[in-house]
Formats: sequence, C-alpha cells, structure tokens
Amino acid sequence: MPVITTDKLQSFYDVVIVGSGAGGGQTAYTLTMEGVKVLVMEAGRSFDPATEVAMLQLPSHAPLRGEKTPDKQYGFHDCSINSGWEIPGEPYTNANSEPENQFKWWRQRMMGGRTNHWGRISLRNGPYDFKPRTCFGAGFDWPIGYDDVAPYYDKVEMLIGVFGTNEGLENSPNSSPGVLQPAPKLRVGELYAQKHGKKVGAHITSIHRAVLTRPQDAETLPAKLHPGNKKAQGILADHMRTRSPCFWATDCHRGCSIRANYDSQTVHLRPALATGNLDILPNAMAREVTIDNQGKATGITFTDKSTGREGHAKGRVVVLAAGSMESVRLLLNSKSNLFPQGIANSSGKVGKYITDSVSSSVGAHIPAFEGMPVHNEDGAGGPHAYVPWTMHAQNRNGELGFPGGYHLEFTSGRQMPSLTTLNGIDSKSGSAGTLYGRRLKEEARRFYGCQLGFGAQGTMLPNDGSFCELDPELKDQWGIPVLRFHWKWTDFEINQVRHQQKHICEILESMGGKISQKADADVLKSMKQGGTVIHEVGGAIMGADPASSVTNAWSQTWDVKNVFLADGAPFASTADKNPTLTIMALAWRMADRLKDEMKKGNI
Amino acid sequence: MNSAENLPRMDRRKAMQWMLSATATLAVRDRDAFGADAPIKAKGYGPDPSMITIYKPGDVWPLTFTEPQQRTARALCDVIIPADDSSPSASAVGVPDFIDEWISSPYPAQAGDRRIILDGLKWIDDEAIRCFKKVFASLTLEQQTAICDDITSAKPKDKKAASFFKRYRDLTAGGYYTTPEGMKAIGYVGNVPSATFEGPPIEALKHVGLA
Repeated sequence: MPVITTDKLQSFYDVVIVGSGAGGGQTAYTLTMEGVKVLVMEAGRSFDPATEVAMLQLPSHAPLRGEKTPDKQYGFHDCSINSGWEIPGEPYTNANSEPENQFKWWRQRMMGGRTNHWGRISLRNGPYDFKPRTCFGAGFDWPIGYDDVAPYYDKVEMLIGVFGTNEGLENSPNSSPGVLQPAPKLRVGELYAQKHGKKVGAHITSIHRAVLTRPQDAETLPAKLHPGNKKAQGILADHMRTRSPCFWATDCHRGCSIRANYDSQTVHLRPALATGNLDILPNAMAREVTIDNQGKATGITFTDKSTGREGHAKGRVVVLAAGSMESVRLLLNSKSNLFPQGIANSSGKVGKYITDSVSSSVGAHIPAFEGMPVHNEDGAGGPHAYVPWTMHAQNRNGELGFPGGYHLEFTSGRQMPSLTTLNGIDSKSGSAGTLYGRRLKEEARRFYGCQLGFGAQGTMLPNDGSFCELDPELKDQWGIPVLRFHWKWTDFEINQVRHQQKHICEILESMGGKISQKADADVLKSMKQGGTVIHEVGGAIMGADPASSVTNAWSQTWDVKNVFLADGAPFASTADKNPTLTIMALAWRMADRLKDEMKKGNI
Repeated sequence: MNSAENLPRMDRRKAMQWMLSATATLAVRDRDAFGADAPIKAKGYGPDPSMITIYKPGDVWPLTFTEPQQRTARALCDVIIPADDSSPSASAVGVPDFIDEWISSPYPAQAGDRRIILDGLKWIDDEAIRCFKKVFASLTLEQQTAICDDITSAKPKDKKAASFFKRYRDLTAGGYYTTPEGMKAIGYVGNVPSATFEGPPIEALKHVGLA
C-alpha cells in the first residue's frame, strides 16, 4: 500500500484518517504497526523531505534574500509550501474588527502538515496542566491526569528521538530513565543567561527538542515500543537505522533531509507505509464526515484537488487529525437530519473553548557579547536551553493574578545573518547619523551576535468568548463553508503578559542588556494575537460529562462512537508547554484504545 | 548497538553536495532592462517554489535598473561597503543586483522602496553634478564621501535624501552580509556540517567571564 490517487482508493478501510501531521501520523503509525488497514488523507501535495528541503542554502540563494512574502510567509527557505495565514481560495472570517479580538489561522497544506514547520520543542504537560480547575479554580479539569499520559510520553519520545535532561522540576516532569537523548552543550549566550538569570529567579536549563544527538538505539527501542510484535520491531529498527544524528548546522525550520529531527513523514509515515497497511491520498480536501441512518460514521467525502471531482473514502472508523480548527470545521459541516448542528455536537460545544499559547517577547543588546571571539554556534538548529516555569509557590499563594505559568524560549548569538542582521546598528554604536564605509564594517563585526531575545509561551484556560462557528455565508473555492472566529483575552492572560514583560526585562537587565523596546503601556499591544503562536487547540474538548464536552477521555466523540480526534481539538486548555508532544502522546493512547475497541467488536 | 559510523550516510553526502553547489560562482545572466517607471506586472514565485534551487536576481522577475542607474547603484554600494584587506566590496559580491531585484519585486512590501531608491539614485547623481560637475560614479572617493556625509549626519538638511541613504545602506549591508563573503566578514562561521558540537571555545567563555 503506497501513496495513491483517488482511482486507486480501496473500497473500504478499517480506519480513515484526515490529516498527515503529528496526530494523523502518530495514529497511522500505531494502527498500521498492529495490522490495521488505514487511509491517510492530506489536503496538500506529496512532499519529499529528502530532496525538497533547503538545508544549507544561504539567503543570497533565494529571491529577496529569503525575506518573507505573501507566497512564503515565514521566509523562502522555511519548510512550508502552499501554506500561510492567508491562502488564496481558502478564506476564514473574524466576527470582530479589533485586532485583539481576532484570531489568525495558519494552515499547512502539505504532506506532513505542520510538523514540517516547527521548532521541535517537545515539552511534557505536567500534572497541574491537566487539572487547572483543581489547581487554580478556573477552566476545566481534563478527564485524564498526567499518570494516564506519562507512559505515552515515554513511548513517543523514544520513537521520535527527543534530547534533554531530567531536572526533577515541579510540573515539568522527568522522562523515564534511558528515554531521552543526550542534551547538546549550551552556547555561550545560554550559559551567560543561566548564570545571571539566577539573580532574578530564572532557572535556565536544557530544553527538550525532537532532534537526534546520537543514533537511535535500534537494537533495544523497537522491542520496548512494540513488545511481542516482531514485524513492527523489524520495520522500526530498519527505519531508525536510516536516521542520522544532527550534523550541527542549519535551522530545523528548514526541514531535515538527513532525518535527524522529527517530522511526521520521516518518523511516522515511512515505517507505517513499510507495514503494507497504509494508503496515503494527497490533494484530498475533506468536506464532510458521512453518516448512516443509525448515526454511525461511514467515511469522508472530499474534493480531489487534482481533478476537482468529489470522492468518498469509506471506513469502519473515522479519525480527524486535520488540525484543531480544521477538524472542528469538518464536524460542523457534517450536517444531516440526525445531526442538524453537525456531528458530535449534541452538547453544542463543537467550536467552543479555543485556546492558544499566551505570548509576548522582549529583546536586548548585550554589551558583554561585543567583540566575542569568532566561533561556530549553529548547534542543533534551534535553542539548547529554555526557562521552565518555576514560580509555583507564588502561584499557590495567589500572588500572580493568573493561573498556570509560562516558559521562556530564547535565541542568542551568532546565527546565520539575515537581511535585517544590522538593524539598530547606528544607535548601538552611539551614532546619531547613518554609519557607512569602513566604520560600518568594523561595527558590524563588533555587534554581530549581541542580540538576545526571550519569548514567553503561557497557560491559557478556555473562556466563553474564544470560539468558532460556521460563517453563515462564505464558502471556500470548493464550496465548503468556512469558519468565523471570535476571540477574547481575559484578565488572566492580560495579567500574565504583564508579568512576562516585567520578568523578561529583569532577566535581560541581569545580563547587562540594553532593552531594544520598552514594554508597551498598553499590554494588549505587547500580546501576540490569538492563533499567531500556531498552538491553537480545543474546539472539541474532552471531558467527563457528555453534556459539557465533545469527546470522552479517549478522544472518542460522545455522540458518534466511531469518530475520534487525534489533533489538538480535544485539549481542554493550553499548558505552559508546546502542544505537539502531547498531541502525539494522546494520539498513541487513543489509537491503542481504538484498536482494542475494534478487536472487542465495540466499534 | 550500532555505532554512528555504521549508519547509512547517503543523505549526509547529498547535503554536502548541496553545500558545494551553494558556493558555486553565480553565472552571468541576460539583463532584461525595464524602464524605471514601468509598473510591475511580473508575478511572484508563487506558494510552491523549488526551495533548493540557487536563484539569482532576474531569475524570477525582470530587473529594473538602466545602465546609468546600475553604475550609480554600484558606486554607492561600494561607498557603503568598501573592500578592505580581509573582505571584498559590496559590488564585488553582487549586492547592486540584489537591490535591483528588491525594487523590481512584484510583492507589496517592496513597492515603497522602489520609489525611494529610484528617486534617490537620481537625486545623488543630480547632487554630484551640482557639486562636482560629474555623475556620482565618476567622482573621487573624497567627493563621494562629501556628498554622503551631508546626508548621514545627525541633522541632515535634506531629510528625503537622508532617508533614502539610510534605506539604501540597510539594503546594501543586509545584501552583503547574507553572501558567503559577507558572512565571513562579519564573523559567521557556521552552516558547516560537523560530526560533533563541542560548545563554546574557552576564549568565548573567558570573554564573558564564564571561565
């Protein structure tokens, strides 16, 4: 079974999955390794990370020095094609006109989805993150706790390869012994921040990222991941052996042709294809989950983008992993006499409770770095260190005015120069005019690598004002009704961003930094707009009660037993951690359950 | 357990080949000169361009500069980034062509720069003729510097000319430091595949008091 076109669709699959990213990839992997016949549908085209990613090209090899354009919205060499905030023919709308009440929606229309484009930052949710109502008196407790997910975090980390250290931190859990790959050494700017940040309570330590720092242990990991399944072990061992560890150059956002970092195709879909149990159908824009007259899902109707024709893929089970909002859109668009408000929506909660990471950033010039001896600090193509949230005591004492917390990511040092590398050079050098000539070249050398910035990503609990619904009129180029978003920040998020800005400035000042831009008095101007961190989750939250949630603790919809969700849609809140690792852990857990339920004949 | 040496290395070799091709000399190209005031009708590269292709200015959309504009652009680039003992000038690494590509872009973000740069290049030639009876490119470095000093001081008389110069300086410097030669000049020595990452050298740690 291979990558196919519509005419090669089989008449029936065990499971039809919409989406080929982290959730769809993990689900397909887990199921096909156990012999389940699976179809993965992807709205974008096939994409080959081995031959299509630009790993070592320079900005001067790209049009406009690789700067972003409406066609390539994260820059030319970023591993995104046919993707963006705005995609021609695929609109969405916002109900409100104020920027702070708008949601921006990134779509990644390519095989592997958003796993082609991310920092590979792989943080576990901690125990508090699953129980915000219990811990902070706000939001909803998830119907699962950290202990339910912990074994799956271990499995995912062993499968995809995550480097990092176990720090024994409150609410930033350790991995089991032997799971993590060794963390790379910290860069000079990271060590400098670590030393000075302590003065203001910032605990700076190794980050966890899905990048191999050494070859995967193909002798022992497959048996741990697939006990008793020799075929799966053999396939996985073969695939682990084709992955090279990081060669310590290039930004991970460009993609990785040597397979050192994780993307869904490289790590999930390749071995899944090797089982012979997977078909992948690219260019298939899903429209609707079809339902029989008993209210059971029968498959997915879709538009084949290469022919414009409508198709139907049939299966015993449907798994939506199209990206949280796209999965929500599919549920809402699946209307019938049985389900006039869309499927799985008897609670009226489909589309409700969208959250994103609460984010702001501040940068500074660090004079101590001026004239730094020349050295190569590319490293693992992204951060080696971060600042986990440690202010739990203040939180418990109610000193902060917001639930949860935030972690800080930071970039420092001698990264590949871009068109804007010299921004601000006149003021840095104390020149009131415009530098040029020999002096410009000298100052460029002196100041290069002295910029350091922190970006915060924090907890967001669901609120009634952040949701989406079908736009009553607008349709996309395939005639599919589009989403209309509503967005609202509450005092929790606003208080948190105030704290972020103050704390980041303290850390930068502890390093002697000259802050590039003072925090804005209007805190809303410092906040990243809803959706722009591209961590949007929720919209079909899991819960213990069918009246107030869309899925049960297994991401199985209450109303339609053979429809499951495998992306961020079932998240009942956003933690102070990035969502991707949790999406994969929950998808693996869901797929195990799904397989068991199929075996028992319950589905 | 397998050691690193036993693992297949085909992909890494491929990556190395790309790096070599990436440093290949830029080929001479045909110039498709357009009138400076012609509206830009060209299309962009679209949402699915080949990312691995090595592009050069003029490959995707036609360029704008006339021969005299090119001469002025080159001369001004080299006043801003002159050659020195260790690194070449901006024009020696193709920065004027990059600026031409930038102002010829069909995307909206560059439209403002098109007018600023084309007007500015005309202004600087007019100023050169007014002061020294020759176009900017034909002046001595002292004469060129005299004109530039007038518009780069803290309080320039001609604000429009000053803002043109600052924008032209930013594009020249950005264009320069994104080339292999410019990266070497600024002290960027990465983008080189390596078997290990050893962390910062002792001199770097000493520089910030960490060793």
